[in-house]
Amino acid sequence: MIMNNIVIETENLTKRFGKFTAVDSISFNVRKGEIFGFLGANGAGKTTAMRMLCGLSKPTSGKGTVAGYDITRRPEPIKRNIGYMSQRFSLYEDLKVWENIRLFGGIYGMSDSQIAEKTNELLHTLDFGKDRNTPVKALPLGRKQKLAFSVAIFHEPKIVFLDEPTGGVDPAARRQFWELIYDASDRGIAVFVTTHYMDEAEYCNRVSIMVDGRIKALDTPDKLKCQYNADSMNDVFTHIARTAERTGE
Amino acid sequence: MKPFFACVKKEFYHIIRDVRTVLILLVMPVAQIIIFGFAISTEVRNIRVAVGDPSNDASTQRLINEIDANPYFDITRTIDNPKQIDNLFRRDETDLVIVFEENFNENLLRTGEASLQLITDATEPNKATAVTSYAANVIKSYRNGINKGTARANMQISPEIKLLYNPQQKSAYNFVPGVMGLILMLICAMMTSISIVRERELGTMEVLLASPIKPISVILAKTVPYLTLSIVNLATLLLLSVFVLDVPVAGSLGLLSVLSLLFIFVALSLGLLISTIVNSQPAAMLVSGMVLMMPVMLLSGMIFPIESMPLLLQWISNIIPARWFIAAVKKIMIEGLGFTYVLKETAVLVSMIAVIMLISLKNFKYRLQ
Amino acid sequence: MILKYLIEKEVKQFTRNSFLPRIALFMPVIMMLILPWAANQEVKNIHSVVIDNDRTTVSERLVRKVAASTYFDVTETASTYSRAMEAVESGSVDIVLEIPGNFERDLRKEGAASVLISANAVNGTKGAFGSNYLAEIVRTYAEELQTEAGLRADAPPYRINPVNQNRFNPRMDYKVFMVPALMVMLLTLICGFLPALNIVSEKEKGTMEQINVTPVPKLAFIMAKLIPYWVLGFVILSLCFAVAWAVYGLVPAGNLSTIYVAAFVYILAVSGFGLVISNHSSTMQQAMFVIFFFMLVCILLSGLFTPVDSMPRWAQIITVPNPLKYFIFIMRQVYLKGSGLTDLLPTIGALGIFALISNTWAVLSYRKTA
Repeated sequence: MIMNNIVIETENLTKRFGKFTAVDSISFNVRKGEIFGFLGANGAGKTTAMRMLCGLSKPTSGKGTVAGYDITRRPEPIKRNIGYMSQRFSLYEDLKVWENIRLFGGIYGMSDSQIAEKTNELLHTLDFGKDRNTPVKALPLGRKQKLAFSVAIFHEPKIVFLDEPTGGVDPAARRQFWELIYDASDRGIAVFVTTHYMDEAEYCNRVSIMVDGRIKALDTPDKLKCQYNADSMNDVFTHIARTAERTGE
Repeated sequence: MKPFFACVKKEFYHIIRDVRTVLILLVMPVAQIIIFGFAISTEVRNIRVAVGDPSNDASTQRLINEIDANPYFDITRTIDNPKQIDNLFRRDETDLVIVFEENFNENLLRTGEASLQLITDATEPNKATAVTSYAANVIKSYRNGINKGTARANMQISPEIKLLYNPQQKSAYNFVPGVMGLILMLICAMMTSISIVRERELGTMEVLLASPIKPISVILAKTVPYLTLSIVNLATLLLLSVFVLDVPVAGSLGLLSVLSLLFIFVALSLGLLISTIVNSQPAAMLVSGMVLMMPVMLLSGMIFPIESMPLLLQWISNIIPARWFIAAVKKIMIEGLGFTYVLKETAVLVSMIAVIMLISLKNFKYRLQ
Repeated sequence: MILKYLIEKEVKQFTRNSFLPRIALFMPVIMMLILPWAANQEVKNIHSVVIDNDRTTVSERLVRKVAASTYFDVTETASTYSRAMEAVESGSVDIVLEIPGNFERDLRKEGAASVLISANAVNGTKGAFGSNYLAEIVRTYAEELQTEAGLRADAPPYRINPVNQNRFNPRMDYKVFMVPALMVMLLTLICGFLPALNIVSEKEKGTMEQINVTPVPKLAFIMAKLIPYWVLGFVILSLCFAVAWAVYGLVPAGNLSTIYVAAFVYILAVSGFGLVISNHSSTMQQAMFVIFFFMLVCILLSGLFTPVDSMPRWAQIITVPNPLKYFIFIMRQVYLKGSGLTDLLPTIGALGIFALISNTWAVLSYRKTA
C-alpha cells in the first residue's frame, strides 16, 4: 500500500479558522524510518499541521495521507498506525508506570499476555525495573518523557508524532531521549518531531522550517546550512524566521 | 494603591472573559426569585375527589354538590366498590376519597347522626392535613346549613382569621430573604474560594506573590469583583422583589443594606477560609457546596422551619450565618422592624466575621511560609 | 475489548482520587441520615399566646383545648393584644388567639360569638396551617357546646361525623415522604454529574487529546466513563434501601424490581444529560456552575418540597421536561403506595423519552475531530 516507503504525504494542505490561515498550502512527504524535524516559531502553524496529520482536525483544503490513509476521509485507521506524544500531556499522572503501559497496550488491541511480556521487556531496556509501581507523577520529568515515548511506540506504529517532546529537560536527559528516537528510527518507525532546540534539529534526517503557515525551507540540515551559508541550524533558523510577519503567542 | 487597582482590574478581566459563568451568576438570582416567588407554593388546590355514595339520597347529593362547588375541590370520579380506592391512589388519579355510609339520609333524620369516611393520600402529610381540614370545613358548613332555622343553631363561634404581614400568604415573603442569603453566599464564598484556588493551581499565584505587591492586597483584590457582583445581585433581588413580586421593603432600606453588606463580608471571609484549606478547584466547589450551600438551603429556616428539626440540628443551625441574616432580613424587610430588633443578629454576624477572618489570615500566613 | 482496559483505568483513577470516593461515601450519609430530619416541613410547636378577656368557664375550656393540641404550645398568656404583638415581632410567638370579653354572654344570649386569630404569615405555610388548625379547634369546640346545649334542651342538632383515614403514611411522618425522594437526588449526582465532571476534567488536563489520537472509539470512551458510575449508583441505591429500612423502618410497599427498572431508565436519562453538559463545557468551573444552576431549578420544580399541582400553570409546563419530577414521583408511588410497573408505565415512558433525547443530543454534540 505504501509506495516508495512514503508514510506521510501532503499536497497543499490548508487549514483556515475564519479569515485566519493557520496552515497555508503545505506539501511534503516523510519516508519510513526517517526522522523528520518540523521547525517553526510559536504560532507558525506547527501544532495545527500536526493535529491535521493525527486526524484530530479536518483540513480546509488540500490532501494528505498518513500510513496510506486519507486524513480527511479515514482518520480512524490512521490512529491505529501512529503514536503521539506531547510535552503538555503524555501519560496519566495518577496511574502507575505499569498501569499506563497496560492501558495503552490495551487501547491498541494487544492481549493481556502480550502486554505483560512487552511490559517486562520495556521496563528492562529503560532500566525502570524498580519504578514499575511508581505513580507517573512521582517520576522526574526526564524519565517521564522517556517512558511516554516508549509508550507512544509500544504498539509499533508506522509513525510517531512528537510535539516538543524534550521541553524543560536537561541536556543529558535529552541526549538519552534522542537515543530512543534513533532506536525507533532504526526499527523503521518514522519520527515526526517538532522542537525548539536547534541542536536537536541537527540530529534530524531532514528538517522543514515553517513561517507564517508556509514551509519556507525543507532539506537535510547539511544542505540547509550550505544553502544559507550558515555554521549551525540556529543561524539558518534565525535567518529564515526573520521574514515572519506574524508574532506568535 | 496603584498595584492594588491593577490587581482588581485583572480580576475583573478574568470574570468578564468567561461569559457563561457571568451569565449564570446574573441569571441565577432572577431565576431563583421567580421560581421561589411564583412557582413554589404549598397552597393545596385542585384537589381531585372520588366519591363513593352507596346511599345516593337527597342529603348525600346535596353534600356532594356543595363539595363540587367549592373552589378547592374537583369531583373527578365516582366509585362503587371500595376495592377501587387503592388502585386510584396507585395510579395517582385522586387525592381524596369520600365514602358515605349506607342509608346516610335516613340515619341523619332518624338518629340525628350520620357518618362518612374521608380517605386521603397521606404520603405528603401536610397536604393530607390540609385536604382533610378543607373537607371537614365544607361538611361543617353544610351541617350548619341544615341546622339553621331550628333551635339547634345555637352556640356558633366564628373564628376571625388575620394573617399578619402577609395576608395573601405569598410564598415570596418567606423566600425572598432566603434567596438573598443563598445567592450572596454562593457568589461571595464559592466564587472567591474557587478563583483563589485556581490561581494557585495554575501557579500564577507564585508570580503575583513574588511581585512587590503585598500578599494581602493580592487576596483583597480577588474579592473586589465578587463584592461588586454581589452588590449588583442584591440590587437586582430587591428590585425584583419590590416591582415583580410585590414584596415591599417595609423597614429601612439603609439598615437592610448595612446588614446585607455585613453578610457579604461574612461570605467573603468564608471564601477566603475555604481557599486556605483546599487544594483544587473541584474541592473548593464541593466544600463550598457541601459546607455552605446545603446548610443554607436546609438549616437556615428558608424552606424548612427550624423548630420542627431535632434539637441537634437546631443547635447546628446556630452556627450558620445565613440563619441570622435571613432572620434579620425578615424582620426589617417584611415586618418593618427597626435596628433594636436586629441587635442580636448584627452582633452574631460581626463576631462571625472577626473569628473567620482571624482563622483564615492565620492559615494564609502559614501557607505563605 | 478496549472497554475492559478503559474501565480498569477509570476504576483505578476513581479509587486513587483524593476526594471522589469520599464524596461518594459522604453524600449518601448526609442525604439519608441527616437530610430527612432537616428537610421537614412538618409544622410543630407553634408558639401561641392566648388573651382571654372573658375569663369564664366557657372561655377557659377553649384555652385548655388549644393547649391540649399537639401542634400548639401555649407558651404565655398575655394581658393585652399589643403586648402579644410585641412577642410576635420579637419572634417568640407565632400565633395569637384573642377571646373577647362577654364571650360567654354573647354565646348564651345571642347564640354566636367570635374570636380573633392573628398569625404571623411571613412563612405563609406555617401561618395558614396554624390559623386553620386553630380555627378548627374553635369550631369543634363550638360543636361540642351545641351538642351539650341541644342535649339540655332535648333537641340535639344534626351531626355528620367525618372519619379520617390517612392512607400510605398513617403516622403522618414527613420523613417517610422525603426519604424515597432523596434517593433520587443521590442517583442524579452520582450517575448524572460525577461522570460529566470526570469527562470535563480530562478535557481540561489535556488527556482527552491523547485519547483522541488513539483508535479508541468515542462510544467506548464514554461508556467506560459511565459504566463505573452506573454500577456505583446501583450499589448506593441498594444501600439506601437498607438504610431506609434500618433507620426509618421504611420498606417499599411495592416491588423493588419496579424501582430498579425505573432507576435504570432514569440513570440513562441523567447520564445523557450530564454528557451534554460535559460536551458544552471546557473547564470544570463552567461545568459545575451549569450543573449547579440546573440542579437548583430542577430540584425546586420537581415536587421534592412542594407539590407540582400547587404550581401555576406556566411552572407546571416547565416541569414537563424535568426528569427529577418523574423519578421522585415513581419512587414515592412505589415506596409508599405500592404502585406497580403497569401503574407507572406512562411516567417511565416519559423518562424513556427524556433518555432518548438527551443521549441523542449527547452523541450529536460530541466531537472527536474539530
